[in-house]
Amino acid sequence: MLTIAMPKGRIMNEALSLFQQAGWPVPLQMELDSRKLVVSIPEAGFTLFLAKPMDIPTYVEYGVADLGVAGKDVLMEQARDVYELLDLGISPCRMAVAGKPDWQPDLHPRVATKYPRIAESYFKEQGEQVEIINLHGSVELAPVIGLAERIVDIVSTGQTLRENGLVELGCIAEVTSRLIANKGSYRLKGEAIQELLNQLEQVI
Amino acid sequence: MTKPQIFEKPMGFRDFPYLLAEKKRLVEDRVRQQFVKWGYREVYTPTLEFFDTVGQASEIPDSRMFKLMDRDGNILVLRPDQTAPIARLVTSVLKREPLPLRLFYHGNVFRAQEKEAGRSSELFQSGVELVGQSCPEADTEVIALSIEALRACEIHFPIIALSHVGLLEGFLRERIDHKAAISKLKQTLGLRDLVAFRQILACLDLSSADRQEILAITRSGLEHDQWKSLMKLARTEPVHDAFVYLERVWNNLEASGCTQLVKVDLSLVGSLDYYTGVYFEGYADGQGFPLVSGGRYDQLYQEFGVDLPATGFALKTDRLLEASPLKPEFPVRLALFYEPHLQKKAWKKAKSLRDDGWIVIMQPMEEGQIRKDLPVDDVLVIADEGGTSLC
Repeated sequence: MLTIAMPKGRIMNEALSLFQQAGWPVPLQMELDSRKLVVSIPEAGFTLFLAKPMDIPTYVEYGVADLGVAGKDVLMEQARDVYELLDLGISPCRMAVAGKPDWQPDLHPRVATKYPRIAESYFKEQGEQVEIINLHGSVELAPVIGLAERIVDIVSTGQTLRENGLVELGCIAEVTSRLIANKGSYRLKGEAIQELLNQLEQVI
Repeated sequence: MTKPQIFEKPMGFRDFPYLLAEKKRLVEDRVRQQFVKWGYREVYTPTLEFFDTVGQASEIPDSRMFKLMDRDGNILVLRPDQTAPIARLVTSVLKREPLPLRLFYHGNVFRAQEKEAGRSSELFQSGVELVGQSCPEADTEVIALSIEALRACEIHFPIIALSHVGLLEGFLRERIDHKAAISKLKQTLGLRDLVAFRQILACLDLSSADRQEILAITRSGLEHDQWKSLMKLARTEPVHDAFVYLERVWNNLEASGCTQLVKVDLSLVGSLDYYTGVYFEGYADGQGFPLVSGGRYDQLYQEFGVDLPATGFALKTDRLLEASPLKPEFPVRLALFYEPHLQKKAWKKAKSLRDDGWIVIMQPMEEGQIRKDLPVDDVLVIADEGGTSLC
């Protein structure tokens, strides 16, 4: 029996259809739109549960989920001790630095982000001294309103940046969703996990 | 900093109330019995060590050590592991002892946590070190002993993931002559990031045959015949020898009857640049974290000025307490109530009961009354009227 943690929201639909293509009888998206958080399909040998994308690596690290689908952005930010098994290639985007086109370095540069660890380590590697400001959403607002000159955030089409008059200044990393596994499950349920991996690899 | 609340403890440190303390004692006793039966001798080392010696030699990165300073300005560390202090002990106090040395310990180690509150900074470990022997039989012995120790805690079917760090390193070196790339690949394996491992591999200038061979050897859960067949891919003597070594460990494990619990996974590397040969981790059903890890670390002793091969493991006692179904058993607990003026009689009675193996709690009566709220199985009263009665 495999327990799989799925992120709620945008990634979930793509991930579910990938599992379906791989021949796993996961429920249709419609059935999951209800408020139900746990779906058990014993005849196929798995249980799915839905959780916040940011929390998926935590469930997997502690082993309450054997597997999970998590964005590389979340994995980079949290650096949890889990196996990263497969790049599902879904919801591709970039972890990027952005700011106004006429952006000028301030005497006291500030960077706003939902990903403080990623931002901190990136600017450290660049040898730049910046103050990281942790926000929880609408990060694009920060340069517009004057909280920070630059932001670090995920960018997919760049639409939100453009709408706020911002441009991408640099790419930190390419981001896609990954299949992750608990260290213990990877050993104890290795065969079932390997089977799923092989099936998913066929359809990616 | 705000003044801590009166009940607070430093972050990462915890109390063991009696139920937990009793279980810890039981688990350690069970484990200790096995260690002793296999001929290992117990040692203790100090809680504080010098950063420049033990701290530097430790496999734990120094960012995770608790440091303090002594009166002379030396930097001290709360011991981050037990293996490095034991290496110091072996090369100093025990340096004239005949080798191999079989040593074990129960101890706490200290590691600063960066993640969330509630994760322990003080971890308990029980482990063994087998020093001065570099043969496959020594590695087999510690693997088999780790399984036996887990079984003693009634974890009957642990899974041991087994690898050989030197083998993988050599195998990569045969195919990639780019040091930085090899260390990058090993780093991704250390982080268990197989996606990045494959990405880096794809970007390297390699023949597709080489790439396939590297992917084949790093696959998890290889069956015996599968990894044995990879042996013919060895191009240099050290890699071939490492395969032969692993094969001998396997055959030995077979003789000891534990191969059904062991899975070979050559992508497992442990702490980077610490382990040199066989490395293993042990897991149990329903447990997300490993219960044991260990392996061969033939370079550590060089930090202490001698060239001694060594292998060992550490059981993660805190995880083991969660995983083990063991329950401490106690004999019946008696409460012995007595009238204060009969205390001599009461003391005598209590002693004879305790000598017979009972647990006896002595409780003077208050105004001829006995308390009903004590957590005991039975009550004994020593009073003027009725004398001694068991109710």
